[in-house]
Amino acid sequence: MYEGESMKTFVRVITISVVMTMASFLGQALAATELVVVSWGGAYTASQQNAYHAPYMKKNPGIKIINDDSAGSAVAKLRAMKQAGNTTWDLVDAVASDAMRLCDEGLVDEIDHNSALANGADGSTATEDFGDFIVSPCFVPQIVYSTAFGYRKDKVSRPMTSVCDVFDLKTFPGKRSLEKKPINNMEWALICDGVSPSKVYDVLGTDAGQKRALAKLDTIKSNVVWWTAGAQTPQLLADGEVVVGSTYNGRLFKAIEVDKQPIAMLWDWQVFDLDGWVVPSGTKNKAEVMKYLRFATDTQRLADQAKWISYGPTRASSAPLVGNHADLGIPMAPHMPTDPNNAKTTLLYNYEFWADNRDEIDQTFNAWLAK
Amino acid sequence: MIKTPEKIELFTADGVPLKLSLARVQRRSKMVAFLMVSPLLLFMVFAFLVPIADMLLLSVDNSIVERILPKTVKSIKYWDPHDDKLPDEAVFAAMVEDIKKAKKAREHTKIGTRLNYESSGFASLFRKAGRKVKKINEPPYKKALIKSDKRWGDIQTWRVIKQFSSGYTGGYYLAAFDLKRDFADGSVSSLPEEDSIYLKLFLRTILLSTTITFLTLIIGFPLSYMLAKVPTRISNILIIFVLLPFWTSLLVRTTSWIALLQQEGVINDFLILVGIINEDGRLAMIHNATGTVVAMTHILLPFMILPLFSVMKTIPKSYVRAAISLGAHPWIAFWKIYFPNTAPGIGAGSILVFILAIGYYITPALVGGSSGTFISNRIAYHMSSSLNWGLGSAIGVILLLFVVLLFLLYDKIVGINNMKLG
Repeated sequence: MYEGESMKTFVRVITISVVMTMASFLGQALAATELVVVSWGGAYTASQQNAYHAPYMKKNPGIKIINDDSAGSAVAKLRAMKQAGNTTWDLVDAVASDAMRLCDEGLVDEIDHNSALANGADGSTATEDFGDFIVSPCFVPQIVYSTAFGYRKDKVSRPMTSVCDVFDLKTFPGKRSLEKKPINNMEWALICDGVSPSKVYDVLGTDAGQKRALAKLDTIKSNVVWWTAGAQTPQLLADGEVVVGSTYNGRLFKAIEVDKQPIAMLWDWQVFDLDGWVVPSGTKNKAEVMKYLRFATDTQRLADQAKWISYGPTRASSAPLVGNHADLGIPMAPHMPTDPNNAKTTLLYNYEFWADNRDEIDQTFNAWLAK
Repeated sequence: MIKTPEKIELFTADGVPLKLSLARVQRRSKMVAFLMVSPLLLFMVFAFLVPIADMLLLSVDNSIVERILPKTVKSIKYWDPHDDKLPDEAVFAAMVEDIKKAKKAREHTKIGTRLNYESSGFASLFRKAGRKVKKINEPPYKKALIKSDKRWGDIQTWRVIKQFSSGYTGGYYLAAFDLKRDFADGSVSSLPEEDSIYLKLFLRTILLSTTITFLTLIIGFPLSYMLAKVPTRISNILIIFVLLPFWTSLLVRTTSWIALLQQEGVINDFLILVGIINEDGRLAMIHNATGTVVAMTHILLPFMILPLFSVMKTIPKSYVRAAISLGAHPWIAFWKIYFPNTAPGIGAGSILVFILAIGYYITPALVGGSSGTFISNRIAYHMSSSLNWGLGSAIGVILLLFVVLLFLLYDKIVGINNMKLG
């Protein structure tokens, strides 16, 4: 009796597993092309999911978009994938300088912007609409973000208005958080040491100029907390560990408007940078990816992304369409780094300069740090 | 003197010489043993030895220059970099031809990136050349190339190319020791103080790792002693507390130390509350070397406790009892009898903690600030950010050799057989 019972169970288990295996095979055959999209995770990937992925999958039931959050190490990983001969990513979100390096190394495909991308809503071609933001033939610009400062409103004697206030320990005592790399910090140091902003890179290109920037940073070195991840500054500000700190403007927007921290923006000499898409060479779903890319970078989609995160769209035609925040309902335009009130004094990340000098200045900068 | 008996050959029942039969059986069992470990062996070879060998090669490999600029490398051989003269027309012609070909294969920027590691400016030089060479179709190439960018007329540019034209380079190792080779005469000199970093970081890594090892020993020894002394029922519970950190994510543990140690953190608040320090005297215990040492001592502590505990467990209680009954003071009995018996555990724990410590990079990156980062943070930087894999590998190889050296030294002084890992 017992034997028979267990035999029956056994048969049932086998049947179920066979059926399930068949179903899953069938499912796979029917399903869908999976596109692996690599991005930065957190609020940023969420904004892309809401603005691009979800509407695209709704329109194209045959496509499934998988998010991978390893954009931070994308350059090294793409290089390793190429060497191993197995590219498993379909689309990668990269900052412009990385996109240029990937393009240089032949790890991503060149794109014919006008034929691959949609025209602007105003009828302009893609190259006209994106304009100077197409910094590399492999790069499809998506957002403009900036590295700017946030400070604790309740811990300063008067509002901070100039980036040089960061170097003013007398008026604004306390710690500052700066990114642990020379880029941006060296520029700010030189501007506050009296170098004319248009001459910054001429000066920084010389040994004397680098010494001068480091000497300026030396004046606050003992009061600096160095960050390596964008989330650190908002946390340090919230804890009261620092009074002022640099990070990406979207992170500060979240701390100020969503988390309601007593933090205010210091936009002076914010440094613009671009972030966008690159297509890994060797992706197995090239045709599908290009279709997706055309959709995700059209005028409306780029404007939509700004509903979830305070980064500016790179298409000129998208700017007038930027509306309110999806959850908070506040207008997003005044929080964009590109808003005329915020963009009175700006630098644009100097791609050519840093491609040439990054290795050398980084060594000098780290030697200075280790002293 | 005893006369050695004649050699007698023994046979098994079926007439095969015993020696042969024995050898056969042994061979078979050896084969079985080998087959059983072969998956592990294969795994070790492919997951461990091959990558290390690859890394070794990467740290001296320079084949990219010859691959992308074959004609230039061939023709620049006859140019003497000591001469204060630019290479002749043939070299320029070869360069133009090489860049044209590389441009087609989209490789001209790769060579720029490679040479930019040695001398700033090569990245843009080659990127620009890739755009300009298509217009250079007839001699004189020298004049045309220099016209496209005056840096081609700088003798230093060609000295760099000449120096890095061979298939192998020691350049990465020189860089890892803060040395550089003069592009003109090939002499090796150390970098100026404000540019040298690696030796300082190697030294700091060793120093801080030693401190961490010592601290885990100081904290771990009494703890393991207690664990070994109390009844098993209690020691099992206590062991769980030792293992608990293992089950928590490394990042969580590190971040909790930030919450505890930062200037607006729990410990500083407490010290102010009880009046030991005042508001202006908040201690800086994190984002510096102190932070690294504290967090890593905590994280690596179990690696010290477990080998110590397993060794102490096996030391018979009767040893110390015997010493005391023979008249030794309990302290003397502990020091002369018990402590020497724990040596294998101390050795194993220390080696384990030290080796783990010098390779750590996440914790130092998060809590180390500028004075508490390790050499491994530079390796991580070169692997994932600067993509200078050659230099990253060279530093890695040096670190590896240092560990091997330490291991051999340990073997010489203490003896590797004397080590007990648990």
